[in-house]
Amino acid sequence: MYEKITGEDPYKMPMKIYPAVHYTMGGVWVDYNLETNVPGLFATGECNFSDHGANRLGASALMQGLADGYFVLPYTIGTFLSKEITTPKFNPDSEEFIEAAKNVENQIQRLMNIKGSQSAESFHRRLGKIMWDYCGMARNAEGLKKGRQMIRELREEFYKDLYVPGSDKEYNPELEKAIRVADFLELGELMMVDALERNESCGGHFREEYATPEGEAMRDDANYACVFAWEWDENNPKLYREDLKFENVELKTRSYK
Amino acid sequence: MSADMKLTLKVWRQKNNKDTGSFETYQVNANEHMSFLEMLDVLNEDLVRQKKEPVAFEHDCREGICGTCSMVINGQPHGPMNATTTCQLHMRHFKNGDIIVVEPFRAKAFPVIKDLVVDRSAFDRIIQAGGYISVNTGQAPDGNAIPIEKNIAGKSFEAAACIGCGACVAACPNGSAMLFTSAKVAHLGLLPQGKVESDRRTKAMVAQMDKEGFGMCSNIGACEAECPKEIKLENIAFLNRSYFKAVFGGVEE
Repeated sequence: MYEKITGEDPYKMPMKIYPAVHYTMGGVWVDYNLETNVPGLFATGECNFSDHGANRLGASALMQGLADGYFVLPYTIGTFLSKEITTPKFNPDSEEFIEAAKNVENQIQRLMNIKGSQSAESFHRRLGKIMWDYCGMARNAEGLKKGRQMIRELREEFYKDLYVPGSDKEYNPELEKAIRVADFLELGELMMVDALERNESCGGHFREEYATPEGEAMRDDANYACVFAWEWDENNPKLYREDLKFENVELKTRSYK
Repeated sequence: MSADMKLTLKVWRQKNNKDTGSFETYQVNANEHMSFLEMLDVLNEDLVRQKKEPVAFEHDCREGICGTCSMVINGQPHGPMNATTTCQLHMRHFKNGDIIVVEPFRAKAFPVIKDLVVDRSAFDRIIQAGGYISVNTGQAPDGNAIPIEKNIAGKSFEAAACIGCGACVAACPNGSAMLFTSAKVAHLGLLPQGKVESDRRTKAMVAQMDKEGFGMCSNIGACEAECPKEIKLENIAFLNRSYFKAVFGGVEE
């Protein structure tokens, strides 16, 4: 695979290695049954936040997929469905369906009607650059604040100058991408807010202000042994803290020395 | 490291299933380190800038495992390299100044949706036709409770490497889906799990394959040659054996 991508045989030429963000921790909030806060909607595998901690090691995405599928879902989905057997078919003409469809339709129309000059792809790339620069492997309060502001400005620009070619009545990958990028702009900002709120260094989250004199991550278990779950709001996302209780193990700092 | 290249692309443009479609010629400035899809990204970005419609193509993982990218490059599904999907095909395998012809996968059972995107849901229906297997639910099964011979597990695994991209169909002059269907039948049929349903599954999947309008297999072997995951023709022999066994030796339903 390496040779296919780089065109160099790693048996003959040393591999080129580059430090990079290889993963973002977190995901959709679920309970112990892997059910989200929408009843009947289960989030399993790497899209949920549950199994890995503040750092995700290699192959743990695969582990999580297997563990969720083998050990959790056989119990939980069946249990959920067993109570649903008497539930009648949903009426797609009900108010909720019509409202949900209308919301999607409105978002599509909003994006189609901007008729600006820049592609969704170009916004996505700029968002990626902001995330890389200010919410990367090492981050600090100043950068996160700046990054959040830059994303908010980018989002404003997105809704003023986006150009989606084609129409909404045909197969349109550009429109699909635009809808995704609109979501990414919110998620990216939320990641900045989350990183700013967590005043410690922990796992994949390294805050430059919170480091030992030797430059290692410095955790603050007294204040931050918890999960941050967020409810999105354009201006003030709402934080729900869920404490992590360790009954059988004692929290320690990992040391490679 | 001057690796920039100027290319001429002849790309199949087709607005929708009813449109007849035709080739359009584009110039694109690429770099030899780009993948083929990244080169198309550059073209599309350029088209959007000119307020023209970008070329629709399918892509997802770009790591050669999702089976989404599908295009015929210079007459070959997934292009000139062996065992390589389009997303893993890098531009260094082309030369500066090349003219590259890009078309969708062409087969009766894969109608064009737009440009290079074809509808491959026929494959999903073949898999669905396979139906269920009986398992005990509730308790998670113990890791080694069902012994499987190493060579059987290996063969099943090799068949399971099929990503369902449809290159086999596009490569076949008959538009046959035998390599795909046989890979699925072999992947499932070799293992002890689901043995009970094996005959029924094989018959149902073959029936669905025929119903979808795929052509017959005449042992040409282009499918194996073009398969990005190197699925072997042996699987077709396995399917034929399983099918005969199911039809002539199985229980009447």
